[in-house]
Amino acid sequence: MSGGKNEVAIVGAGMTKFVRRAQETPKELAFEAVRMALDSAEMTLDDIDCVIQGTAPDAFDGIHMKGEYLCDGSGGWQKPYSRGYVGGGTGVFAPIQGWYHIASGMFETALVVCEEKMSTFQPHPQGAFLTIFDNMTERPLKPNLLWIFALEMNRYMSTYGLQIKDIAPVSVKNKNNALKHPAAQLGKEITLEQVLNSEVLAWPVLREMVSPTSDGACAVILANKKRAKKITQKPVWISGVGWNLDTAYWTNRDLAYPQYVENAARMAYKMADIREPKKEINIVEPYDPFAYKECHHLEGLQLADRGKAPQLAIDGVTLRTGNMPSCPSGGLLGVGNPIAAAGLMKVCELFWQLRGEAGERQVPGKPKYGLAQAWGDLMQVGTVLVVSN
Amino acid sequence: MRMNLEGTSLKREDIDSKRVLTTRFRSNAFYAWDTGRGIGRYLQGLKAGEIWGTHCDTCNRTVVPPRIFCERCMKNQVSWVKLQDTGIINTFSICYVNWDASRVEEPHLPAVIEIDGASQGHGILHVLDEVNPKDLKIGMKVKAVWKRPEERNADITDILYWKPY
Ligand SMILES: [Zn+2]
Repeated sequence: MSGGKNEVAIVGAGMTKFVRRAQETPKELAFEAVRMALDSAEMTLDDIDCVIQGTAPDAFDGIHMKGEYLCDGSGGWQKPYSRGYVGGGTGVFAPIQGWYHIASGMFETALVVCEEKMSTFQPHPQGAFLTIFDNMTERPLKPNLLWIFALEMNRYMSTYGLQIKDIAPVSVKNKNNALKHPAAQLGKEITLEQVLNSEVLAWPVLREMVSPTSDGACAVILANKKRAKKITQKPVWISGVGWNLDTAYWTNRDLAYPQYVENAARMAYKMADIREPKKEINIVEPYDPFAYKECHHLEGLQLADRGKAPQLAIDGVTLRTGNMPSCPSGGLLGVGNPIAAAGLMKVCELFWQLRGEAGERQVPGKPKYGLAQAWGDLMQVGTVLVVSN
Repeated sequence: MRMNLEGTSLKREDIDSKRVLTTRFRSNAFYAWDTGRGIGRYLQGLKAGEIWGTHCDTCNRTVVPPRIFCERCMKNQVSWVKLQDTGIINTFSICYVNWDASRVEEPHLPAVIEIDGASQGHGILHVLDEVNPKDLKIGMKVKAVWKRPEERNADITDILYWKPY
């Protein structure tokens, strides 16, 4: 046996509500997610061998060395503790780090915590993103974050002859799914017309096709095979992991297709022995900060043909009751987008779905394989986790 | 499974009324970036009204913005190539908001412009003007509108904008 398939399991999960502005500090948010995860696995901090912390730009908080700041709220006090960071991809990368901490044989258990408090940045959290653009050749043009999404979405649409109305059903699906998520910030009953009639922010991006800025935290607990079976009757196994980065010269590459997401997915599928992902992946949580990104990512993940992912939402294939539910949680569009925590929220959702504990959100049938994916940096990182029960 | 979720949502009035407390700090950071050998020469070119790229002799690829190494083959056998100040629109947006979510009166028109003379698909971020946004199309030919020579600063904004031609 090589490659580590099903050697490490998720045995507990927790999260806070996702809100526009939380009264709690980042440490307090992290603590609440950790507390819930430990309780769900009936474990204490003494049972945790190492801690992995994920949080996105320091600029949100104005706190240098945010990983160190978050150490105690994350349960890292006097433990092997580290922070990993790949921008928006962090939330799925952090459990991958947890996986290799355990797969190496060094540790039996790991606590993975992702936290984000975006609301601190004034007057609007988007300002914290201004420094992601190239400092010499792009920032003097005064770009804002919406530009790159609008540019990528337009290129995607024009490459495949798609229109905004073809992509809007993703927003309808995810925001309606989020109605049933108790942590959701933006769950709402919304129609296709309401999405299409919402304000144009940066054409072709409309208001209701963008995720909100959010505060929140998530945590999962990982354990090796021996410990996992003692901790729970229903471990959710990590079957495959993959991650990949493309060039930061984003104006030099194909914006219609995320090759780096494909590379990450192929790495994870190889480890998980998944040969036909469209047939074998039962439930998927692709990263959806914008409606078109869900489509972009389903294609990169080889779960839809190029240019055909929008049709999956239109045809109902990706509805909670469809053949391949996508973002049954409600996704970033509905539950919210506290950057690093949003990615880990997707992993929590798979944990609950594969254990049959997703309550009103539970997808029908008995899903066997789930996939969570996150994305970020300067539109250049893909992180993929394949889990099974 | 019952979920007992923490996290207290605040409203503007909670903060304004000081029902919950906030402390404040304004960061005052100032940086001076050395432009390096690659971008330094690129910016000097802009001051002269020229757009320069680099060609990797190993990969046979001409890129812009230029760099003194090729990230594909990790070699430094690159030669400098003067490109045209024309190109085609790879993609564009019509943006109605500033970074702080406030509305703008006249929309900004950011675009990725593939530069003539660079390898296919290799472009830069810039802005469009002198065009009705309704007329914009991907694939449209555009040319640079430069600042007057005496106004140039060796900066990407030495090109004011790009317009269809
Ligand atoms: Zn090369």
